[in-house]
Amino acid sequence: MIRPHRTHALWYAFILHRVSGIVLALFLPLHFYMLSLALTDPAQLDGFLVFADLLIVKCAEFALVFLLAVHMFGGLRLMALEFLPWSPRQKTFAASAVALAFLISTSFFLQAM
Amino acid sequence: MSETGEFLQVSIWREQDGNGHFESFQVPRRDNQTILDVVAWVQQQADPTLSYRFACRVGMCGSCAMMVNGAPRWTCRTHVQKVADDNRLEIAPLRNLPVIKDLAVDMDPFFDKWVAAEAVFEPSQTRDDPMPPINPQDPMRIAASDAIECINCAVCYAACDVVAANPDYLGPAALNRAWSLVNDSRDDGQDARLKAVSGGGGCHNCHVQQGCARYCPNELNPTLSISGLKRATAKSLLGWGQ
Repeated sequence: MIRPHRTHALWYAFILHRVSGIVLALFLPLHFYMLSLALTDPAQLDGFLVFADLLIVKCAEFALVFLLAVHMFGGLRLMALEFLPWSPRQKTFAASAVALAFLISTSFFLQAM
Repeated sequence: MSETGEFLQVSIWREQDGNGHFESFQVPRRDNQTILDVVAWVQQQADPTLSYRFACRVGMCGSCAMMVNGAPRWTCRTHVQKVADDNRLEIAPLRNLPVIKDLAVDMDPFFDKWVAAEAVFEPSQTRDDPMPPINPQDPMRIAASDAIECINCAVCYAACDVVAANPDYLGPAALNRAWSLVNDSRDDGQDARLKAVSGGGGCHNCHVQQGCARYCPNELNPTLSISGLKRATAKSLLGWGQ
């Protein structure tokens, strides 16, 4: 359970940035391994690409693209916060990061379907 | 204040010599009742051995901060109706500080970090020098003034998860004070201050959760101050001046 002192929008933005970063760190080695199969074992890669056409995998890719995008926009938000003059619209920036990530991931999902 | 006929179910942390537990009390609910009123009622009407700290009761001194239903609050200015959960209150000592007894915490670590952050005014002139003019519209003076109304209540310190995870972290209040002095044109301690706030427990530890700004009773923004210190220390490192 999230402790009461953490129940505010910018803490959720913090935890989303951290969790998305951890998930991406776990994903990227797998991603590069699968890419390497194009050189080392094309047949296995083809088998994986067939598997990747399944709807459930497309849904997982939607989540992945969302996490990637929200981590990117969240990172831009943090860099702006630390290097640019302060803006009082921190919650708006955090909400915008989520909204843009949702827009990009949904566009990706519709394109992939 | 009038009686409403309702009762508050109040759980209060009792601790002595390192052994602690919550104890339940029934407190009459009144209109316009603050959390400090509830604690005072328990101490005066139910259990005189209850220890807690307060002084001014009007939001000036910063003595009475406690955890109320899991969040840090200045109890003298926090109304029961704002924070009670179905007439239930859980009142505990401030987080991230050692408990002396019951609701009274030892503030020494909090103030030690103000000193460690060089958050102390270092005069650049003596009393024999002429009074330097201060332009209240100067951007640096505005930044200093924005951060200056801290009442040392340690609410931000209790709200900060980085303090909880890293005991060496100087914390939002000390860094906020350091930022107000970085912007004070009369101060002559900037080199030592920037070195102090960029060390192992310094401003770069902040994870920008912004709980300090969320709960500061005086609506200060220590996260703003800490991000200012991050920029100032980065500029200093690159030799761009402050």
